[in-house]
Amino acid sequence: MSLRDQSMLEFVRDSAGEASRSVQLDRRDFLKVLGGGLLVCLTHSTARTQESGRIFGGHELPKDVSAWLHIAADGQVNVFTGKVEVGQNIRTSLAQQVAEELRVPFASITMVMGDTDLTPWDMGTFGSRTTPTMGPQLRAVAAAARETLVQMAAQRWQVDAATLTAADGKVTDPKKARSFTYGELTRGQKLVKLISGEERLTPATEWKIAGTAVPKVNGRDFVTGAHKYPSDMVLPEMRFGAVLRPEGFNATLASLDTSAAEALNGVQVVRDGDFIGVVALDAYTAQHALSAIQAQWNVPAQPSNEGLYEYLKNSPETGDDGGPQHVTGSVAQAMASADLKLENQYTVAYIAHAPLEPRAAVATWADGRLTVWTGTQRPFGVRDELMQEFRLSAAQVRVIQPDMGSGYGGKHTGEAAIEAARLSKAVGKPVKVVWTRQEEFTWAYFRPAGLIEIKAGIKRDGTVVAWEHHNYNSGPADIGTPYAVANQLIQYHPANSPLRQGSYRGLAATANNFARESHMDELAHAAGMDPLEFRLKNIADLRLRAVVQAAQDKFGWGRMKSSPERGFGIACGTDKGGYVATCAEVQIDPASRKVRIRRIVEAWESGAIVNPDGLRNQVMGAIVQSIGGALFEQILFANGRILNPHFAQYRLPRFSDTPQIEVVLLDRKDLPSAGAGETGIIGLAPAVANAIFAATGTRLRSMPMTPVHNGQEKSSVQFQS
Amino acid sequence: MAEFILDVNGAQLHVNAPADESLLSVLRNRLNLTGTKYGCGEGQCGACTVLLDGRATRSCLVAVSSAVNTKIFTIEGLEQNGKLSAVQQAFLDEGAFQCGYCTPGMILSATSLLHRTHNPTEEQIVEAMNGNLCRCGTYPRIVAAVKRAARLMPAKGASR
Repeated sequence: MSLRDQSMLEFVRDSAGEASRSVQLDRRDFLKVLGGGLLVCLTHSTARTQESGRIFGGHELPKDVSAWLHIAADGQVNVFTGKVEVGQNIRTSLAQQVAEELRVPFASITMVMGDTDLTPWDMGTFGSRTTPTMGPQLRAVAAAARETLVQMAAQRWQVDAATLTAADGKVTDPKKARSFTYGELTRGQKLVKLISGEERLTPATEWKIAGTAVPKVNGRDFVTGAHKYPSDMVLPEMRFGAVLRPEGFNATLASLDTSAAEALNGVQVVRDGDFIGVVALDAYTAQHALSAIQAQWNVPAQPSNEGLYEYLKNSPETGDDGGPQHVTGSVAQAMASADLKLENQYTVAYIAHAPLEPRAAVATWADGRLTVWTGTQRPFGVRDELMQEFRLSAAQVRVIQPDMGSGYGGKHTGEAAIEAARLSKAVGKPVKVVWTRQEEFTWAYFRPAGLIEIKAGIKRDGTVVAWEHHNYNSGPADIGTPYAVANQLIQYHPANSPLRQGSYRGLAATANNFARESHMDELAHAAGMDPLEFRLKNIADLRLRAVVQAAQDKFGWGRMKSSPERGFGIACGTDKGGYVATCAEVQIDPASRKVRIRRIVEAWESGAIVNPDGLRNQVMGAIVQSIGGALFEQILFANGRILNPHFAQYRLPRFSDTPQIEVVLLDRKDLPSAGAGETGIIGLAPAVANAIFAATGTRLRSMPMTPVHNGQEKSSVQFQS
Repeated sequence: MAEFILDVNGAQLHVNAPADESLLSVLRNRLNLTGTKYGCGEGQCGACTVLLDGRATRSCLVAVSSAVNTKIFTIEGLEQNGKLSAVQQAFLDEGAFQCGYCTPGMILSATSLLHRTHNPTEEQIVEAMNGNLCRCGTYPRIVAAVKRAARLMPAKGASR
């Protein structure tokens, strides 16, 4: 299995870990449920068929054009996809691609997304997969539809289809100066056509709508408050629900008294084992009822932040972790002959996604059928959870995902959906559940913490000859080095995490790249080379080289020299088809050791750009978000309790933390478009750590780079004479 | 429960609510004005920002009883006769959002700032907006939008 496939596996593994919480399946069972073909799919399939779904629980993507696209008699086009809009702007970028291939004005496209009744099955919106997989899928659908429309016109006119042209929502016969609008051809009927996979897609060099900075669809609704997020949904007769949370993880209920809550006007208490919820006529009373419940819990002793990384290293998930994922040459031999060796440990903390909209759902039952509006990145996954929970068939559950207040990998699961459905079933009315911030910080899941150990050896001329990388718990995404190193040993060690963990924007690429790029920087300094020159010496991949050079030029690397008050650092990397290089300038107060990021230049390349404005927004957002994990975000926990479940205690990046940011986009119209929502996040942390080192000589090997966690790692630099 | 009359977006609205229920909860859950968002309930994120007598206020920290006799403006009240306010238009023009969940609070904080300070410096913008979180990280565009709004606004008469 290649390293890229490993990171695909990680998405599945994340989902499995989450699913096991709700349906009590272990990871192996889940893989079995998905089907034995899983690994076959991941090892030798193209990007397009990776989500074609043939192996995922028997889900097959429909080949009928009509399942994906409908043209009404008035020419309006509805496009159906199970992907969801969470702020990454795919509602706009996918519509651009369809408009391009179908040859219709952009405004005639409406995207119908994330509705399990209306859209084809989809695995979920994660892993930067929308642009490389759903983009080509919908382009093929649109191209097939266009071909069909041309043929329909040819038939009506009794002419050769090759003499006709399709443009601007019309098929035209140039010889006779006549045309049909698409609506006149379809009259609102379904297009009967199968996607062949052989459709000729318009190359990016000829794009007129795709590739341009089309503004966000329905952008106006977001500045007027008109857009309805999941937590804004209201149904007639709707009640408000809330769920009693245990005092800690893995707690068991010792005693319960709900009489005071039940005495409140209009309140119903719903109990099912250790699940205790309340339903009230209004949200205020629901919360009051919850706090009126007297419950005592037994919370078992559990691990804490103290000694976490040792715990993760010593708590493998299974007895046999399967050995290294990737070996080339012999690291041992290469290390023996290296001129300089360096070995270090790096750590990353658990962090929270903290989407500004917490989990929310509105559920209603009618005629044995359950409908839930909820914020999730996996509407079909949530449908599966609801089917399991309530023993329903797929036809009995509908999940609808209104464009939500984001997720960042944190909303793969359907907790609020299940809770709202449970309460709604019990009281016979529609019920809304909106998690509090504290619930979101406590009962969601976290980006995995991890320990990374790297051992490397280089030659005097700066050639890296040996690279050994071990990741404990944080994940295998982007674990392989993008540098040309002859001798490698790369291994991910799954661990038994004391906290519930799952997906996160960029997955473990942030952790692995932080460790790798910090280590590369240290090697460069040890070798007495400029960190940028050192990297270029070891990069064979021309796309990676191109972003490094683009960042170098924009930043003016080398023109300024680091001083104790000002440091310059660089880092680069590639994951999920995106290439990134980040240069950081930090300002340091030598007396207080306070650090401030002054300026970030990030060069980005992900093939042909579908929407430069949306892309720039994503890359900039990823940079800003990464400031938190780099400098101060960290979940503190002890004995099954989260110790900082509030924004006042868990610091997120704010306006005042934001440096001057310059994003350089490289548009490779000759390459397929890759996803860009995630990988922009991986460059900042190591670039900043490297800049701090350049200024102060202090190497920070922990994320976040707060002093409390520094100085615990072992570090050895050894020169051979 | 008591009856309150609230002056919301220029209309007198009658609402029954407990006196200590937050204005945020009343707006969202009783008056169905869902443009005002819940983010934390603790005054830390600014998603629930509304204008009380022109001043940006965290509606999650205000009891409904103390919002009586103030002019309340929510995001739904900024558009006039189909025309966006200067701040709304500037956010749209700059594309200063991703998921958009923080946007109503951002727009109201910016509106309040520009009401007091017609041509704020970057430092003044950062200081005035720092209580509003955008997890998507669109801060640079929001700063640009506030600057653009300052240019769009008439020198006088920026009443909201």
